[in-house]
Amino acid sequence: MAETILKVENLNVKLDNELIICNLSFEVKRGEVLTILGPNGAGKTVLLKTLLGIFPFEGKIEWKKGIKIGYVPQRVPFVKDFPISIEEFFKLKTKDEKEIREVLKLVGFNESFLKKNLGELSSGQYQRILVAWALIGNPDVLLFDEPTTGIDISGQESIYQLLERLKKEKNLTILLVTHDLSVVFKFSDYVICLNKCPICQGKPKEVVTPESLSKLYGQEIKFYEHYHGH
Amino acid sequence: MATNFFEILISGIFVGGVAGYLGSLMLSKKMTIVVDPLSHLALPGVALALIFGKDISLGAFLFLFFGAILIWFFEQKTKLPTETIIAILFTVSLAITFLFLSEHEIEEALVGDISKIGKIESLIIVLISLFVFFLIQKIYPKLTLISISEDLAMAEKIDLRKYQFLYLLSISAIVALGVKFVGGLLVAGLTALPAASAKNLSKNLKTFRLLSSLFGIISAIFGVFLFQKTNFPAGPMIIVVGFLFFIISTILKK
Repeated sequence: MAETILKVENLNVKLDNELIICNLSFEVKRGEVLTILGPNGAGKTVLLKTLLGIFPFEGKIEWKKGIKIGYVPQRVPFVKDFPISIEEFFKLKTKDEKEIREVLKLVGFNESFLKKNLGELSSGQYQRILVAWALIGNPDVLLFDEPTTGIDISGQESIYQLLERLKKEKNLTILLVTHDLSVVFKFSDYVICLNKCPICQGKPKEVVTPESLSKLYGQEIKFYEHYHGH
Repeated sequence: MATNFFEILISGIFVGGVAGYLGSLMLSKKMTIVVDPLSHLALPGVALALIFGKDISLGAFLFLFFGAILIWFFEQKTKLPTETIIAILFTVSLAITFLFLSEHEIEEALVGDISKIGKIESLIIVLISLFVFFLIQKIYPKLTLISISEDLAMAEKIDLRKYQFLYLLSISAIVALGVKFVGGLLVAGLTALPAASAKNLSKNLKTFRLLSSLFGIISAIFGVFLFQKTNFPAGPMIIVVGFLFFIISTILKK
């Protein structure tokens, strides 16, 4: 049995006096992929940020001691017209040039990319750079917010292949925010359906049903069809 | 030739260079919005210092710091947009300047007066500039990350408030020195102009930082020499030269 690396008990998060996350409990074991599924405004991003220690909370969040976390945010605004090269962007996090070249290679870029301006990248390339950035420092866990946002179909495919490969090569544990059902089924061991309070959680095949989805999204027909499409 | 020409030139080079360097940190809109209004708040500080016969840089520095708190207070209390509060404070400070100062003092407050810079002042200016330079050098990577993404910065456990405070401190110090050269009205240009020109020509941070500092230094040198030749006030000269660089850089921008 793999070791537990994250334990969350009765998590409640309030921001500006509004309850964003209520009564959430779950565990993550090493090497698992956990997806967090839910509509917009359901508190998915807030959950990741709370796990990172950015937001205050009530309840318990217990990371295994010494665990290192890499974070890929949903959007990093304001990069076009930003006079910064990719190399300089990496150097904001580490001085180790060898490590920079390594993480770059891991996400499938060669060294010539280092001199490029961050603003020149396509959104797919940019997301890979952010993944590489998160991989600096050799994290055990990757928190990834909405990998599919703003990426074309071919790019979408490859970012998940990339995550699969990274998971194998680096024995990564991955927590993934998404609203894409196919990702949940293909990719994850455990899913939390979140709409402020948890609607369902468990193995995707067991808990993600038309009933739980309609409860999660409140739009039965649309998501019923989507569900059957996969 | 002014007897203190050398002191003026050296001080100008240091203040101009560090102001330009500081300007290159204003990558994001949020940071630019902080600096511009703050530098306008230098004006009442200068006015008060002149009324009480104190050094204008000291007055400006204290008021800048106080001003940041004042803006914050009005924002919290009134929920008005920052721009509105700035506009209010700025016009009031102009009004106070016109009410209480003599004609010559008004000119000094508005556009600066470098004729008073002696050996000791220039030494102090050089030392403070150097201090701010090293401070910026130290906070540069983290502040850059904060500008790119506060989320990434917080995930890296960077204390946002600490760095924003140090940034504010640097701005207050440089703007306070800057008012001696260009006065309370023009001081925002010392940081904004070199950075804007440099940004036009830069693809990476290294070039951006270097060019921004360089434009600051060259503007100051030209401004001081033109002041010497023409006897126009140096402050507006420095700003006009800075603007010329901006025009050229805009034309050269690819």
